[in-house]
Amino acid sequence: MIDAAAIAFQIVQSIFVAATAPLLLGWVNQCRCWLQNRSGPGVLQPYYVLGRLFHKEAVLAENASPLFWATPYILFGCMWLAGGIVPVLATDLPFAPAADIIALVGVFALARVFISLAALDIGTSFGGLGARREMLVGFLAEPAMLMTLFTAAFISGSTQLTTIVESLARREFAIYPSLAFAAVAFLMVLLAENARIPVDNPATHLELTMIHEAMILEYSARHLALIEWASAIKLYAYMTIGLALFVPWGIAQGGNWPALPFALAALALKLVVAGAGLALIETVSAKFRVFRAPEFLSTAFLLAVLGMLIHFLVGQ
Amino acid sequence: MTISVTASDIATASIPGAVKARRARVSAAGLRAACDRVRAEGGRLIALWGCDDTDLGAGYVLNVALLDRDGLLCLGLPLPAEHPHYPSIADLFPAAIRMQRSAYDLLGLHAQGSPDSRKWLRHGAWPGGVFPLRKNVPIDAAFEPAPDHYPFVRVEGEGVHEIPVGPVHAGTIEPGHFRFSIVGEAVLRLEQRLGYKHKGIEKRAEGMSLEHCARLAGRVSGDSTVAYAWAYAQAVESLAGVRVPARALWLRAIALELERVHNHLGDLGYLGNDVALAFGFFQFWRLKELVLRLNASIFGHRYLMDYIVPGGVARDLPLEAPGKLAELAAALEAELRTLRGVYDEHAGAQDRFIGAGRVAPELAQRLGLTGMAGRASGLACDLRVDHPIAPYDQLDVRMATHDRGDVAARVAVRFDEVFESLRLVGAMLGQAVAGAVNVPLPVAPAHGFGVGMVEGWRGEVLVALETGAGGNVRRLHPHDPSWQNWPLLERAVIDNIVPDFPLINKSFNLSYSAQDL
Repeated sequence: MIDAAAIAFQIVQSIFVAATAPLLLGWVNQCRCWLQNRSGPGVLQPYYVLGRLFHKEAVLAENASPLFWATPYILFGCMWLAGGIVPVLATDLPFAPAADIIALVGVFALARVFISLAALDIGTSFGGLGARREMLVGFLAEPAMLMTLFTAAFISGSTQLTTIVESLARREFAIYPSLAFAAVAFLMVLLAENARIPVDNPATHLELTMIHEAMILEYSARHLALIEWASAIKLYAYMTIGLALFVPWGIAQGGNWPALPFALAALALKLVVAGAGLALIETVSAKFRVFRAPEFLSTAFLLAVLGMLIHFLVGQ
Repeated sequence: MTISVTASDIATASIPGAVKARRARVSAAGLRAACDRVRAEGGRLIALWGCDDTDLGAGYVLNVALLDRDGLLCLGLPLPAEHPHYPSIADLFPAAIRMQRSAYDLLGLHAQGSPDSRKWLRHGAWPGGVFPLRKNVPIDAAFEPAPDHYPFVRVEGEGVHEIPVGPVHAGTIEPGHFRFSIVGEAVLRLEQRLGYKHKGIEKRAEGMSLEHCARLAGRVSGDSTVAYAWAYAQAVESLAGVRVPARALWLRAIALELERVHNHLGDLGYLGNDVALAFGFFQFWRLKELVLRLNASIFGHRYLMDYIVPGGVARDLPLEAPGKLAELAAALEAELRTLRGVYDEHAGAQDRFIGAGRVAPELAQRLGLTGMAGRASGLACDLRVDHPIAPYDQLDVRMATHDRGDVAARVAVRFDEVFESLRLVGAMLGQAVAGAVNVPLPVAPAHGFGVGMVEGWRGEVLVALETGAGGNVRRLHPHDPSWQNWPLLERAVIDNIVPDFPLINKSFNLSYSAQDL
């Protein structure tokens, strides 16, 4: 079943995702700068940051356990795996059967558990604060995410992400109310899970307000680089999941090399638009009080459930 | 000097100078009686500081500056050279607690009956039992740094834990330690530990010439350099009997209002940034930068340092300055109206601002909140209105007050004050008379006392000055309104959540440097 071309495709996609994820982050940051009337550092800045961090000497706290230094690798592995099974350029990925949408959410949860444990490991108050808030966000974001994916799964009759995308991509262009609800819910989960405004502020220096950043305050050099890189891949994976579910057109079939340039162009265009959209959302929003996050995510959950109900009622 | 008798039967002598002020020597009982009377009449404690006169064959002096309806009242309580002590006034003015603790750390003056007698400014840079501001401690004395043990108040209970924050912070802010006792995210108690920026400004000033010391006084708190320089200049002029040319007063007031404008603009930007509204941050800081650049081009310094000198101002404005100022004021006003609309109508920002860090007017009144933060808690106090010095007596300053006492109110007061300051700058440009901008300082009298007080952007800035035998500085005490307002920040965050603290803190934006001295 699995032929060499598909495996080659899988390898190409995995490398492609890891290599271009920082570019997406750079694009989002650049758009934010433009929207704030600033010239911005350029879209390549995340690469320079990673390069700088990889060249630095890593500093570990004296009381750090192996969990602390192992976590960046686990985190990076989880995110890279997620990036590998999401149909970014093509469906029919050989890795894809390794994890369906439920397992995908599980992969993200695994990463969350490790980063939270690592944050607690050092014993600083900010780490504990961040881990606690991350869990508050996470336990509400995960069910909302699952519900969103279930809506798509019901439509296509499979929990396999590649199958879902394949079946959605073949449908004629029309607005599906169930998917519209799911899309809004997914966007809200994306913002929360990727520590974006209005749930978290990736640019803040205020320790007391941080969620994600508070957990990684003690990391430096290559460990920090891996975490930053993993975060970039996570954002990339979420965005491509969203694109694959809600605007799947242009994606290539596994092993179909001639379709690849078109798939690439379509992906680039979609990511450019999505990145600019994310920057716009972040520019016009202020950050919530921390306790608004549960309300925000419950709304996402509710919308996702509504989407699913509509699917059953309307049948599409 | 005229001798008058006030209601509490203290013989006071008026202090000449720009600020309406009286001075009196009191007994311990007289001090408390005077404080009690001023408090009952709705007056306030401005400052409390000590002086060492042991080298003159006397003891120590505890100085208390109060503000009542008639102006500033400076009380001096002579203390014995051995075991100097005085009755605490913290029960009358809670804001005195930290000032009393500092007076002990620096001079060994013991406040009897104080509810809190822990150290405040001493962090281990000098050992306990050494009082660095005493005359017998040489200015170049060096001590082995010792470990700093500070007994924080512990909050006990199920699920209560502490978060220590600072003194090293992730952002470019000054050092201060904040000890939160929290349950979940709710703040049960905040305790501040300041003093990390103690630089020994008061000790350094001793022996300086009055001209030279102006530069030091202008650097007590960099963001209030105009207010400090003006208050210091007032103190020197009051002491030396100098009449400042009218034009210099107008120029000083223009500089002070521009300082208020650029600080408020910066804070409004920061408040946007703290709720992740980076748009607001960059817009306000762009406007602030316009002000700073204009400052540099017409006053010679972006933050207006060393523009005000004793005897007047350093130089007159260039010819094109009034036009440029008026142009900038008009441009700022138009842009600020738009930005205020953006802040006011931004649901996300308003949700964070409204109700956060509330200081109720009653609490503010009781604990002595002052200045800009006080006006946001309904306390109508503004020296420019209540006790106007020239040239404010010729201007109709409209005081901005709000009574909600939350972050939103402090934002609103800032907006109102920026508009008012821009209006005042315009009005002053029209009224400023031509003429000389400074006069030479005469030789200052030996053992003189002068005082100056100005409404800076945070609140009233007081500078008290004594000269020694040679007419040089014997004692300089600069006082910042942050002394009064820091303790209220501890109250403002109670029942708020931890991640709202940076926003609440920024809405006060108090000075560390001027409090740590």
